[in-house]
Amino acid sequence: MIAAIDRVFVAALCLARAGLRVDAEKGYLIESRLAPVARREGFSSPEEFIGRLRDGGGDDRLHWAIVEAIALPETEFYRDHAVFEALVHDVIPTLVRERAGAPVRVWSTACGMGQEIYSLAMLIADTPVLAGKVELFASDLSEKSLEKAQSGLYSQFEVQRGLPARTLVRHFEKEGESFALSPRIRQMIRWRRVNLMDDLGRFGQFDLVLCRNVLTQLTPEAQVRVVGQLKKTLAPGGRLALGLKEEAGGELTPLPGGLGLFALPQDAVRTAA
Amino acid sequence: MKTCLVVDDSRVIRKVSRRILEDLGFEVAEASDGVEAMAWCSAVMPDAILLDWIMPGMDGMEFLKRLRAEPGGERPKVVFCSGETDIGRIRDALDAGADEYIMKPFDGAIVAGKLAYLGVAA
Repeated sequence: MIAAIDRVFVAALCLARAGLRVDAEKGYLIESRLAPVARREGFSSPEEFIGRLRDGGGDDRLHWAIVEAIALPETEFYRDHAVFEALVHDVIPTLVRERAGAPVRVWSTACGMGQEIYSLAMLIADTPVLAGKVELFASDLSEKSLEKAQSGLYSQFEVQRGLPARTLVRHFEKEGESFALSPRIRQMIRWRRVNLMDDLGRFGQFDLVLCRNVLTQLTPEAQVRVVGQLKKTLAPGGRLALGLKEEAGGELTPLPGGLGLFALPQDAVRTAA
Repeated sequence: MKTCLVVDDSRVIRKVSRRILEDLGFEVAEASDGVEAMAWCSAVMPDAILLDWIMPGMDGMEFLKRLRAEPGGERPKVVFCSGETDIGRIRDALDAGADEYIMKPFDGAIVAGKLAYLGVAA
């Protein structure tokens, strides 16, 4: 069992770096997430790993390794299927019309191991009227997750989480024991490591920003900060996709359907400026 | 209550599948090969079928083709459930009329996800 002083250290580190809300009482959760990372980094136990950092040792990369292990990555394709249906049949076609020829820019802000952005990319590729009209960007806090996402390689277990068999045979090939997503789909996406707590203004503006099931992992203060930041990255009239039970508040108006979709008014930027 | 027929020559797989499906609220029937499965379906068409591929006697593919030719045989949602993981073979199963495909080994979450996707949640 990890000592209280170590658990508090981990919770404080995750809060400071990523605004993550970690219950320092949940020793089991901290231990189970950190054990594989401790092994990978050559420590005999999570305690020894945390102890080293707590004593002032370890570089920045090791500190991030802890934060990345605690942040929960998305592991399911087409999670909340109805959301993807709404995005591809309604939200994105509407944006394509509104942008009148300019590409619709979409950003998956916490892409984890890529399931969300690839789900969207496969649907767009299979919808001829959208092909070539959408630019896809994806980012995550975790370098490790991003590497995995970019590889497009998934285990047999992973491709059976939410991915319909017909989509599997259309877009994947067997590669050894793994399933490899086709280069055509992988090439649709541009990747970048981004911490949502940093200043997001430098990334330009997006027409659709996805940040699903992230806010619930954050402290209330971090939630307010992240929503404020996301709003800054939305172009006027842009749409925001949060988790089903997550709220945007402020001038973002919920779209009908209860799918966690919100719209920024066309005149929002002028009001704010 | 929705019904699901489990067709597999392995008693262990049938037992595991039965437990998963009963937890999901299905009424479960079992068959150990295609012939037995056809007998079930002639009596009453289930809402869903979990179907093994390689079985002695009538195999899964043969059963699927006969089922789809029966009156009312287009109605059950058929989920192949096989150790075969080759993309081409999975495509064959779907082309032959399977609605979904599960690669063994599987767990409850995978079965629940596939059935929910097909709209046969109990």
